[in-house]
Amino acid sequence: MANRIPRVPVREQDPKVRATNFEEVCYGYNVEEAQLEASRCLNCKNPRCVAACPVSVKIPQFIAQVAAGDFAGAASVIAEDSSLPAICGRVCPQETQCEGSCILGIKSEPVAIGKLERFVADWSRENGGVKPVVAPANGHKVAVIGSGPAGLACASDLAKLGYAVTIFEALHRPGGVLEYGIPEFRLPKDKVVAAEIESVKALGVKIETNVIAGRTVTIDSLLDEEGFAAVFVGSGAGLPKFMGIPGENLNGVFSANEFLTRNNLMKAYRDDYKTPIHAGKKVVVVGGGNVAMDAARTALRLGAGTTIVYRRTETELPARREEVHHAKEEGIEFAMLTNPVEILGDEKGWVRAVKCIRMELGEPDESGRRSPVAVPGSEFEIETETVIMSLGTSPNPLIARTTDGLETNRRGCLVADENGATTRKGVFAGGDAVTGAATVILAMGAGRKAAAAIHEYVQTL
Amino acid sequence: MLTPTICRMKVEAPRLASAAQPGQFLIIRAEEHGERIPLTISDYDKDAGTVTIVTQQIGASTSEICSYNEGDSFADVVGPLGIPSDFTEMSAEDLSGKRYVFIAGGVGTAPVYPQVKWLHERGVAVDVIIGAKTKDLVIYKEEMEAVCDNLYLCTDDGSAGFKGLVTAMLEKLVTEDGKVYDQAVAIGPMIMMKFATLTCKKLDLPVIVSLNTLMVDGTGMCGACRVTVAGKTRFACVEGPEFNGYDVDFDEAMRRQGMYKAEENEAMEDHKCRIGRGR
Repeated sequence: MANRIPRVPVREQDPKVRATNFEEVCYGYNVEEAQLEASRCLNCKNPRCVAACPVSVKIPQFIAQVAAGDFAGAASVIAEDSSLPAICGRVCPQETQCEGSCILGIKSEPVAIGKLERFVADWSRENGGVKPVVAPANGHKVAVIGSGPAGLACASDLAKLGYAVTIFEALHRPGGVLEYGIPEFRLPKDKVVAAEIESVKALGVKIETNVIAGRTVTIDSLLDEEGFAAVFVGSGAGLPKFMGIPGENLNGVFSANEFLTRNNLMKAYRDDYKTPIHAGKKVVVVGGGNVAMDAARTALRLGAGTTIVYRRTETELPARREEVHHAKEEGIEFAMLTNPVEILGDEKGWVRAVKCIRMELGEPDESGRRSPVAVPGSEFEIETETVIMSLGTSPNPLIARTTDGLETNRRGCLVADENGATTRKGVFAGGDAVTGAATVILAMGAGRKAAAAIHEYVQTL
Repeated sequence: MLTPTICRMKVEAPRLASAAQPGQFLIIRAEEHGERIPLTISDYDKDAGTVTIVTQQIGASTSEICSYNEGDSFADVVGPLGIPSDFTEMSAEDLSGKRYVFIAGGVGTAPVYPQVKWLHERGVAVDVIIGAKTKDLVIYKEEMEAVCDNLYLCTDDGSAGFKGLVTAMLEKLVTEDGKVYDQAVAIGPMIMMKFATLTCKKLDLPVIVSLNTLMVDGTGMCGACRVTVAGKTRFACVEGPEFNGYDVDFDEAMRRQGMYKAEENEAMEDHKCRIGRGR
């Protein structure tokens, strides 16, 4: 019986070693491991994994190709639905999506779909890639704002349909959160991100960096003056939140966005780049999401003893299990049921400690999680040089402010229907700009839906 | 070079030039390994598709920018960033009869120029006070004279114009010479803007300041530029760079500007070493 084979473990860099470098943590499967793991798939008639995938990758088909040793064929199957498989194979929360619904998971462990996707994508890249299949040019231009996962997915689908797509990116390198947010040790930039963006460009997509929608150009100028038939806004959720507690503007307090951008996009960890970064000997990261794990593990690699402070318990940590597990292995401390109330500075205005209060869990709140309540009189100090605030992000208001008729909700997110149509004709949106901070794959799913809606819309013009 | 340490250059950036307005800034990354450096826009030519930048060599990255010659290219130029000056949104009626005084310190004279020019072109009365350490460090004197009503020069050592600080000059103009202004705008080093604001407060004159904070992306993403304005944390890059001077916590802003001093000093030493080796 195929399913008697236990899930093939994936090789990883030793925690002690990787805590001192920025190389990728996970090595991925080799050919033998991949084929063995692929042989575990039951090839279900009604594959629940496909239904659970936001971009509907034909999972059993590609896995069957892997089992048969046809890796190029497997890559072509994935390419029909995903333009960024090497990225998704690395950063998707498979445990709650495809793998979370795998039948094998009921009695034993699910097929390692993510690791197999990654294997296929890496193999394909190293062996010439998938030949792009693109429809003849249809004469219509579409503008995409933002080159993150939503924008890249939308642009890919439209390019395959024959549209002339231009992506406008505000930063100097394309990729959005893939480039500035997720660290090298989880998602290698040149090897994986840049290579997958090249494969999007190979579909004919043009990317213009250093263009800020709402400043350098406006949605109106793109539609009225530059001849774009439609615009897709995938500008993400880039605005960092702070707690609003005393001492938050002391020197040494950073948003996770700043800390990670300096390190990832601006490559502060490399000697050959000029970007300064401040970690010091002791870092406290506030928050419990994937971004908090990324910031903490980055600080650790820069040489700091690092503590994650979170107001609920480990069970409620919103980060992926795998990330929490990796962070612990690497030696990051977790201070749970702890909430900062003030940041204390020295006489020169630099951080010296975080004053925290102990929390306990009370009644469930609207999110269904038990809400943390402060224990009176339980304040204590954690000495630290640096504090990194990782409390989530919200969408940048610039585009909504500079575009007439584009509505936002009270959280600052663009209002769009399930197909991405906004309140302004010809303008579509998807990803974090609409939902608030979520995942790479949900943004990609939204980008694909919007691409289909844009295709339909343009045909009515 | 405008002075031995201040350089001026035109940068070809058509989209940026056609969108630029007074009060906005841009970000330059000289080369692949460089930092993103926010710089003020000191002029723009929509027809030629160029913007003019003025840079003072204060660290490794600004020195690098100044080392570029005609015909060279920067790796990246992005903008315009920030909210344009308030007056660009005002109607001709609101502007007519208004009397502005600009207080420009050092390299801060450069971003004052497009503002003065814009107001002058619309018939608004504008006086300008330029302050510098010494005569050789005065920039934009002739350009400014062409677009303002009265230009007052101040140098610390008295080598040109009035000997003393811009704040003393402003006070003299208002209290002794009977000048009347409706709005002051102060742009220069943080310490100058702080004292200019204090003087304006004394004279009961509203003042706008333009904050040159630390930044990474300049689009609201990093929060490195946060400043306390009227007791609230604001992002200078997207909610500024111009704020009501009365409301700004300058002491905090100055402290935050020095956040990477240690790293910057190291980089400068490296920078010097590299030149040494090259020779």
